[in-house]
Amino acid sequence: MTPVSRVVSEAVPGAPKQDPILVVDGLRREFGGLVAVDIAHLEVQRGAITALIGPNGAGKTTAFNLMSGFDTPTAGSSSFDGHITSEVSGHRLAQLGMVRTFQLTRVLTRLTVLENMMLGAVNQIGERPWTSPFKPLWAKQDEQIRERAEELLVRFKLDHVKNEYAGNISGGQRKLLEMARALMVEPKLVMLDEPMAGVNPALKQSLLGHVKNLQAEGMTVLFIEHDMDMVHEIADWVMVMAEGRLIAEGTPDQISNNRAVVDAYLGEHQGTSFLEDA
Amino acid sequence: MNWALIFSNATYVALSSSAAAYALIAIGLNVHIGYTGLLNFGQAGFAAAGAYGMAIPIATFGWHWSAAIGSAVFFAILLALLLGVPTLRLKSDYLAIVTIAAAEIIRISMISVRFTWLTGGTDGKKGFSAFLVNANPFGDNRYSFFAQSVNGYSLFITIIGWTLVAIFGVLVYFMMRGPWGRALRGIREDEIAVQSLGKSTTVFKLQSLVLGGVIGAFGGIILAAEKQSAQPMEYGTTLTFFAFTIVILGGLATARGPIIGAILFWFILQFVDNVLEQVARNDIAPSWLINSNNFGQVKFILAGFALALLVIFRPQGIYGNKREMAFDSR
Repeated sequence: MTPVSRVVSEAVPGAPKQDPILVVDGLRREFGGLVAVDIAHLEVQRGAITALIGPNGAGKTTAFNLMSGFDTPTAGSSSFDGHITSEVSGHRLAQLGMVRTFQLTRVLTRLTVLENMMLGAVNQIGERPWTSPFKPLWAKQDEQIRERAEELLVRFKLDHVKNEYAGNISGGQRKLLEMARALMVEPKLVMLDEPMAGVNPALKQSLLGHVKNLQAEGMTVLFIEHDMDMVHEIADWVMVMAEGRLIAEGTPDQISNNRAVVDAYLGEHQGTSFLEDA
Repeated sequence: MNWALIFSNATYVALSSSAAAYALIAIGLNVHIGYTGLLNFGQAGFAAAGAYGMAIPIATFGWHWSAAIGSAVFFAILLALLLGVPTLRLKSDYLAIVTIAAAEIIRISMISVRFTWLTGGTDGKKGFSAFLVNANPFGDNRYSFFAQSVNGYSLFITIIGWTLVAIFGVLVYFMMRGPWGRALRGIREDEIAVQSLGKSTTVFKLQSLVLGGVIGAFGGIILAAEKQSAQPMEYGTTLTFFAFTIVILGGLATARGPIIGAILFWFILQFVDNVLEQVARNDIAPSWLINSNNFGQVKFILAGFALALLVIFRPQGIYGNKREMAFDSR
């Protein structure tokens, strides 16, 4: 069994991991002349919390879309647990245990919070048109799904709004709902696209707790984040993207002291005085 | 003004087989647009597929009526799958364009001179209704309904029509109450989110198209059965727009909405028609505004105006949930 709290790996971009759940090879995505993503090699350690950081426009979300099967690469591949993601449709990947959230939350506004949750369960008997009208066929399973959904809602402190339309709850609650709903899929790998964006500090702390819990329950977490404090607090491993490439990876401490990362974020001339050139 | 006559006429029309046919077409459309969010502007095409899918095999090829009903269902499913190809790729507004074009292609093919031997051309396809005439238990008797009277055959078709409305209304209610309906409503809100949760939205959308299309096809069958002729002009865009009006009037994504909507729609239309007719006949309004030649058009102007007011002041319709409709869906 690999250690869950630490990643044993060299701190070089594309370093191999002991037990990777996600492997990216030569992944490239072009939009016209623009190369949005160009990752030679990347491995994500199973059971770890890995952060993907980088300046705006670094290609993080595009890489996420490619890895989660919501976009098709121009070249190269990304594989999840041995399945090439571009060869498997997005919904099938979720069934295999990879689930993602979105930078701009995608809650189902005119469904209640509880319905949002219950929709997330996979392999529902009543999801066929010929079984749906016959309640006795699916009532028992639906009751179990409801119980699981309500437990998660309690954990995420959303139980008091469970009968509200999801369009009526606040932005922070939507973030929570999206994460809770992803867990209904019972995933192995949870990919969170900026889970903390636009969330107030108090809620941030509880979200951090939830992310740590995911790891404690045996899930792998890969998340995109801008907030280095948060990355420091929960990530076992950090990967840095800039201009579509993976430029560095390592523990949070190693990354904080990495010259290439500082350059990517602040510009290559930071620290040198403009007066020196004159 | 003879109000008793006006009310009895309007009630008669509201309960006619045509109203039942429109209710069926609207129930099907509601599956598409109300529950799944598929902007189908070609519902008339499904009705036409049903009417001609039944009429042609019987009248031209001598099929048994039960096989012909099967053929109607088959063509409705085929059309749903054909429309499904663009549906899988296109977003709502583009789907609307494709569906309206598909429905028009069907209608115009039916009136094409080259195929008159098969489709009956502009005269419509006749000669398929013997099985209904023979099965009619009411004979040639006339049955009075207030000031109106209905012949046995019409009564028979009316009863079949409303029976089908009841069956499909209940079926849709139970289907949408289950997890399948939940998934469809999820797709209506955000297809990508539902896909990210491990659901094949393609399959759900196709199933929705097939279900709504088949129900619409039965509506087309009732329309053709009533007149004992499949009339190409019946299956124009007007039919689709009336169905939209009915669904919105009754309340989107409600099981009883399209049924009550159809009854009310025909009641109001006939009511206004009769009032205007009496106004014109008794010279109550100035003749430059309403006369006996134009009250038919004025009826539709008023109906259009009423629909505009409805959408502005009560977008949820009669049974819809105001809170649910309050959110912008995209």
